[in-house]
Amino acid sequence: MSARSLRIVGALLLLPGFAGPATAEYGDVVINNYSDAAGMRPVIFPHWFHRVRFRCAACHADLGFKFKAGGNEINMMKIIDGEYCGACHNGEIAWSVENCDMCHSAKPGTPTQVHESTVQKLLAPAKPKPRQ
Amino acid sequence: MARLQRRFVFVALLCAACSVRGAGPWQDLADDGLHDPAGPGIGVLQQPGEALSVLPQDGAGNHVHWVKALRDGFITPRHALADEPPPAIDTTEIIMRDTSTLPFVRFPHRAHTEWLDCTICHDRLFERKVGTTPINMGAILQGKYCGVCHGAVAFPLTECNRCHSVRDVPVAKAAAPP
Repeated sequence: MSARSLRIVGALLLLPGFAGPATAEYGDVVINNYSDAAGMRPVIFPHWFHRVRFRCAACHADLGFKFKAGGNEINMMKIIDGEYCGACHNGEIAWSVENCDMCHSAKPGTPTQVHESTVQKLLAPAKPKPRQ
Repeated sequence: MARLQRRFVFVALLCAACSVRGAGPWQDLADDGLHDPAGPGIGVLQQPGEALSVLPQDGAGNHVHWVKALRDGFITPRHALADEPPPAIDTTEIIMRDTSTLPFVRFPHRAHTEWLDCTICHDRLFERKVGTTPINMGAILQGKYCGVCHGAVAFPLTECNRCHSVRDVPVAKAAAPP
């Protein structure tokens, strides 16, 4: 085993494609406007999953989703009425609302955020503010 | 023989290096620090690696080149819930020259209109007339202008050169400063 070979293996281990800390996907949105208080896990919205299937305009133009985590005051009544997530999660386009745990899947206490966002990484305070 | 043995050890180590780190940069949901591994939904949800590893790769964000994935037909995301004709694609490009010592910014309308429609940016985020919106990196880093998406879901703000990509573009005569 030459030193050169060892260096190649070492470099491979350090490649971004192979290495990196355990983090959720860039753009995952956590919504915890009401979840913690209601005794539910906060919601994780995986952007990566949805953009494979829908272009940005489908949700951000037609369904009224704001460009801010937690910016829409979404609650389950609105969803059941077909607003926001409920436009698709109605058992026709996507699975319906009785699958609570598929959205309400974050660790309890996780604050509302866009995961790995620049604002979160560079500008947010070190500790999240207590919920109002 | 000893040489063959060394080669075998080398290949085995390469395989180990790959397998230790999994199939790519995508973390399984149960280990991603955000999902509750004790949640009942965790075993049902699609894993990022399953969906994203088959798409054109990129070095940042989701490690997916989303524009290429769409353009080359790897994905065919719907542009609306209803069966509507697709929005028009704008192919004009804007070169922004007020970039201090950095290369000029090239803004391609095409890549943006393939994913979005005009109303998302105009006129809420950007005026329609070139040069009238006071775009600057301070505001972008705080999530304004381009930073509404870049730095949140579109390729992140660490990718300076992808916007600041143009050097030495001759200024058109009509737009030339006096």
